[in-house]
Amino acid sequence: MSLAIASSLPQSPGKRVLPGFALSMGISLLFISLVLLLPITGLIVQTAGMTWQEYWFVVSDPRVVASYKVTLWAALIASLFNGVVGLLLAWVLVRYEFPGKRIVDALMDLPFALPTAVAGITLSALFAQNGWYGSMLAELGIQVAYTPVGIIVAMSFTSLPFVVRTVQPVLEDLAPEDEEAGITMGGTDWTVFRRIIFPSLWPGLLTGIALSFTRSLGEFGAIIFIAGNMPYISEVTSLMIFVRLQEYDYAGASAIASVVLMASLVLLFLINIWQAHYLRRIHGR
Amino acid sequence: MSIRVENISKRFGQFQALQPLTLEIPDGELVGLLGPSGSGKTTLLRIIAGLETADTGRILFHGQDVTNVHVRDRRVGFVFQHYALFRHMTVAQNVAFGLEVLPKAERPSNTEIYKRVANLLEMVQLGHLAKRYPSQLSGGQKQRVALARALAMQPQVLLLDEPFGALDAKVRKDLRRWLRSLHDELHFTSVFVTHDQEEALELSDKVVVMSAGKIEQVDSPQELYSRPESRFVFDFLGHINVLDAQVKGTRLQQGDAWVELPKPITVPVAQLYLRPHEVHLQQVPVAHANLPLTINAVSLIGAEVRLELQPDGWQADEPWEIGISHAQYNAWQPMRGDRCYAVPDIGHLFMEGVTEPETLTWASTLIQDPNFPKRSAHLAEVS
Repeated sequence: MSLAIASSLPQSPGKRVLPGFALSMGISLLFISLVLLLPITGLIVQTAGMTWQEYWFVVSDPRVVASYKVTLWAALIASLFNGVVGLLLAWVLVRYEFPGKRIVDALMDLPFALPTAVAGITLSALFAQNGWYGSMLAELGIQVAYTPVGIIVAMSFTSLPFVVRTVQPVLEDLAPEDEEAGITMGGTDWTVFRRIIFPSLWPGLLTGIALSFTRSLGEFGAIIFIAGNMPYISEVTSLMIFVRLQEYDYAGASAIASVVLMASLVLLFLINIWQAHYLRRIHGR
Repeated sequence: MSIRVENISKRFGQFQALQPLTLEIPDGELVGLLGPSGSGKTTLLRIIAGLETADTGRILFHGQDVTNVHVRDRRVGFVFQHYALFRHMTVAQNVAFGLEVLPKAERPSNTEIYKRVANLLEMVQLGHLAKRYPSQLSGGQKQRVALARALAMQPQVLLLDEPFGALDAKVRKDLRRWLRSLHDELHFTSVFVTHDQEEALELSDKVVVMSAGKIEQVDSPQELYSRPESRFVFDFLGHINVLDAQVKGTRLQQGDAWVELPKPITVPVAQLYLRPHEVHLQQVPVAHANLPLTINAVSLIGAEVRLELQPDGWQADEPWEIGISHAQYNAWQPMRGDRCYAVPDIGHLFMEGVTEPETLTWASTLIQDPNFPKRSAHLAEVS
């Protein structure tokens, strides 16, 4: 009897209950290929025409190496600065109620929404020797525009939302009971932050800093206006790529680009491994 | 350490969470705050802990005013409903937290902390899990870690917010028994919040029944059960069967149903509350009561058989529930749709304008020896 009923019912082809797996997975894979793999392949194809010697010659050119150093240091400082400031902004936005909170929250995305060239022009106008900020800083003997400091300013401006937007949801999800438990056991505010809140924020914060760092490595538009682009001092790697392109040296441009790409990918990969390890401990998976 | 709550009230915006209330908790007692959700019991507990500040009134620990003492200086142990264990710390690190954050002058040495944590974990029978992370523990184990953590500071007051609410019935029962023995052993003053009347009655020395931000009654579980002071307490502690009736001389009447009262009353309307075990069922009415009912459902649960009954020829807001013994069930074999009559042995009469009920007994049907199960006597009549 029951067998007869079962055989008359339409049979489900697989074990999955939720529909749409094949289609959505297919589209996702196609898209990942288009968005990610295609440019990477293009890069490899472009550099494939070079021998290892040629490749090495291009990527180890002293001026390019100087640009790596400037870019790495500036990106590192900018992302660490963003780590601190972004955490503070996210904290204020999540923890406190104040008039205009929604507006401030919306403004956080401005660096993303603003064309980077616009940001670059604005920053260089403000920080130039005769600009509003620049003239004040000049009195203190600090020059921002046309120095590596300018690069740091531009980098941190354009990548700040990464930190804010990754830390914000984590902060919102924090259970107030954890803090209350810490306080009932006699912990000071600082102890509770350091030993209870911060460890929960840390994976998110680190992701935000890493994203901010990798974004800064490739930043171009906002930087070139304020950096001054002096060889060996304030040239960033993305500018070096641009210069090669203007010389119609596509292979050289791709070679340098591949170094940046590699650095970004390795960093993201390492962070993900570490984060998976950390989260597995917390979530017990 | 005794706790005194004096005139405490609290308002959240428009919502009056606590009406001004006063409560005295003697040293070493285990007190349950019992009430439905929204009755203000958790708010009261949090005010005692110092996690919430009251709008009016004072909190005294051992006669000392601690109203303005910060949570971290009140030195109470607090156990949260969802454990609030620190996810990134091991079990041992969780328990050690309170000791590690003590100011340098009071902090024990590292070896001393290690020893005390080991002892605490031994006490909650979790010594073997010291190096695990909370996510690797079951709910019951998590709650025991939370208890060990709260006890690490050797608090004289232990506050527990729905401590067993998120656990399954079996684990809950074990932990309850275990908490009781721990309390008896260590002699701290404990206050716990629960919405489970069985838990409150089983665990507490005294139960504080709360509703809508007010204390309804404070009593021992026995007193509370035998002498509920208000309809709310009555309603909240287990199922009750209600006869809402007109008074005609010594008779309560509604539709086809009537009950003869032992003595006349003067009010026109009254409600008779009957507990499931204070009523028995027969197949014929008796001289003092005619309460016809139709059987709606028969459920065999544990020690007794529970019948859900629908009034027949009269009305009740909720169906009646009456338990019968397995012996009576076997002799009678009641079925869905059968008709029978409820006979009250003890009733509680609520009269208009009086909050406290009057307890009535119908002596004719009561057996003298209270230890003797009265229902077995009725078996003969039924079968």
